[in-house]
Amino acid sequence: MKVASGEAARAKHDRTGSGENAFRGALYVAALSILVLLAAIFLTLLVDSMPSIKALGPGFLYGRTWDPVAGRYGALPFLVGTILTSFLALAVSIPFSLAISVFLGEYFREGALSSLLKSAIDLLAGIPSVIYGFWGLFVLVPVVRAIQIKLGVPPFGVGIFTSAVVLAVMIIPYSAALGREVIQLVPCDLKEAGLSLGATRYEVTRRIVLPYARSGILAGMVLALGRAIGETMAVTMVIGNSNFIPRSIFSPANTMASVIANEFVEATGKTYVASLIQVGLLLFVVTTIVNIVGRHVIKKVSVEI
Amino acid sequence: MESPILSVEDFSAYFANHCVLRRVNLDVPRNKVTAIMGPSGCGKTTLIRCVNRMHELVPGARVSGRMLLGGEDIYAINPILVRRKVGMVFQRPNPFPTMSIYDNVIAGYNLNGMRLAKGERDRIVEESLAKAALWDEVKDFVYRKGTFLSGGQQQRLCIARALSMKPEILLLDEPTSALDPKATAHIEQLMSELKEYVTIILVTHNIAQAARVADMTAFIYLGELVEFGPSQKLFTVPDDKRTEEYLTGKFG
Amino acid sequence: MNVTVRIVQDRLFKVGVALLSFLALLPLFLILYYITRNGISSVNWRFLVNLPRPVGESGGGIANAVVGTAILLVLSSVVAIPLGIAAGIFLAEHRHGRITYMVRLAVEVLQGIPSIVIGIIAYAWIVLRMGKFSALSGGVALGIMMLPVVIRATEETLKMIPDSLREASLALGVPYHRTILRVILPAGLGGIMTGVLVSVARVAGETAPLLFTAFGSPYMALNILKPVSSLPLMIFNYATSPYPEWHSLAWGASFVLAVFVLGLNLVAKVVTRKWKVQF
Repeated sequence: MKVASGEAARAKHDRTGSGENAFRGALYVAALSILVLLAAIFLTLLVDSMPSIKALGPGFLYGRTWDPVAGRYGALPFLVGTILTSFLALAVSIPFSLAISVFLGEYFREGALSSLLKSAIDLLAGIPSVIYGFWGLFVLVPVVRAIQIKLGVPPFGVGIFTSAVVLAVMIIPYSAALGREVIQLVPCDLKEAGLSLGATRYEVTRRIVLPYARSGILAGMVLALGRAIGETMAVTMVIGNSNFIPRSIFSPANTMASVIANEFVEATGKTYVASLIQVGLLLFVVTTIVNIVGRHVIKKVSVEI
Repeated sequence: MESPILSVEDFSAYFANHCVLRRVNLDVPRNKVTAIMGPSGCGKTTLIRCVNRMHELVPGARVSGRMLLGGEDIYAINPILVRRKVGMVFQRPNPFPTMSIYDNVIAGYNLNGMRLAKGERDRIVEESLAKAALWDEVKDFVYRKGTFLSGGQQQRLCIARALSMKPEILLLDEPTSALDPKATAHIEQLMSELKEYVTIILVTHNIAQAARVADMTAFIYLGELVEFGPSQKLFTVPDDKRTEEYLTGKFG
Repeated sequence: MNVTVRIVQDRLFKVGVALLSFLALLPLFLILYYITRNGISSVNWRFLVNLPRPVGESGGGIANAVVGTAILLVLSSVVAIPLGIAAGIFLAEHRHGRITYMVRLAVEVLQGIPSIVIGIIAYAWIVLRMGKFSALSGGVALGIMMLPVVIRATEETLKMIPDSLREASLALGVPYHRTILRVILPAGLGGIMTGVLVSVARVAGETAPLLFTAFGSPYMALNILKPVSSLPLMIFNYATSPYPEWHSLAWGASFVLAVFVLGLNLVAKVVTRKWKVQF
């Protein structure tokens, strides 16, 4: 009987290589390197801001004056700027993102209109931040200036208000997407129970669906907030680059992100550079906390549902 | 009787501390269809997954005792070598979705980096598909993907894939439970034809199927090998009371 | 409450929701409109092929920014894709376990780090060491930003592949590494490719991490150890300059960038649909 075909090939390969162990090892190393990367990022920020931490102490956080020339590094103006722009942006965006979540999650889950809106939201999320800033600078700022003239305030055009508006548009897709998902997950029988009691769709949505999806919607907002806090370019271009604590929402200001963008390249001197890096460290810590809180809430919500 | 192809000696299998197979002793004869039957969870699938050493892929799984394939201790050699000698067909057909029918059949060689001349490859593919009674149905489009085939055809493709490696034993884990009656009949017919080339061990919870196709049948209950013998005898005058109760449907 | 009032309320709510939803899209249309209106007149062959000219001279172009963007994207892909896919495979293969849990957390944190902070990191690690700005540092910064998206996409895609595929391959005696590389990974290629394309689109528009790494350059730079321009950087610099000629260049560059980024996203969507593997 002739040798069965393939037998020679099988016989030749009846030793197995150590390729398997090398492969598993490589995967393990890849995973570990992510942990190493994150740790290295945090440590670099910490170590490189040490000169400033040592020199300034906690005064950094509540110092009201940022004047590198005079050697004064108080980051409070940027904290205030960040908080004002982010929360204002969140507030402006909430009605719109909620509306979108309800529209896509409750009224129009499928169909052409729904796909259209979904694609448009994706486009909105895909536009680069520098283009938002550019558009904000050339289209929004003149409008805001006109408003300011009408209101009798100094017509800067740029400032907290303008930044907040641009930011609001940018973060809508994030909270809208998550909100839509949780609203869709609300069990049908709950809604039907409400409708069968004679409630209108509005009443069911308001009193049953939204409260049920409350945590998820909140998580979406927290994530959107995190995004707003870290956003750099669009804000840098329309916030006006002022290092003083903003007095009103029409004042020019700086956020933690925008001051780094504006000043890092020209910064000289150990303390100056280190203090900017310290602002970066602060930004890192704040956004990380906000993100973890948001995701934690999402996990709890997913488990409940 | 000639020597058994597979000798299971005092074999136990565990998932962590939970014992699923208890001191099984079994001699599987060559070129016959041996069925392993029993109620769900009795350990029959675990038994065959120990033959091709897939059981140990689960974390915490372990075994004790011996399994001899053609006299060689399965657990003393590299599991990959074992799996090349023992083929397996699964409950749900699982052809590789990114490969054509042709490549699916020859996958055992391709994936292992075994080089074959084109002529040899073509021969193996045709031979395996013919043995699996699929060649005539697909010979005109072996280069198309396998996922558009019907369930029964996909399962025969998986059989061809296993056969192409020329295994000594073919393990079938409830191969027809996801198929319609016509496809099931087709595959049962196939089993009696295949035993000329390969020893078949079939796991099934379908008593009638075991009665139809198997030469020898083993009955496993709660991890214990209760009875093993020629199907004729086991289905008509079983030795053990538990076998009788299972056959008459007292538990299932 | 009166039934009629409630019905009116219900209608109003629905209309209001629809209105707000589409109002939110207004900025989208405005942005696209303005970019197209102001930008498309600048875009011609010379625009794409010329280098920027000094202020006052006409005929400047964005060639160096286009090439620079391409170089940066290649560098960042080299950094992010192999590492990202490998880490993603690890997470999909080891679903539970302390390391997996920690890596997943790390990926989430990484994804949330503001881009300007990544710029600081790349500055500290590479620019300071090298003593100068370079495309390399920019590519690394963008690569770090791409990583979490690639890892996530790989992990999610591979998790959806049924176990039976792996079992079928292992039962044929195929060793683990070949099973992953030649059966599992190809089956998940569509989802992974989508993740890669989406992450590339995301970093193509990033400016902040490049401000003090790649830094920008008026010249055509093909040396990765030198500073390099990029479309977003150029838009930023030109838009914030006081020269109207540069402003129109910025509109043109915005148009090109927007087309590229949105086009990539579209391609990613098509890839998702076309590469759906049936199981």
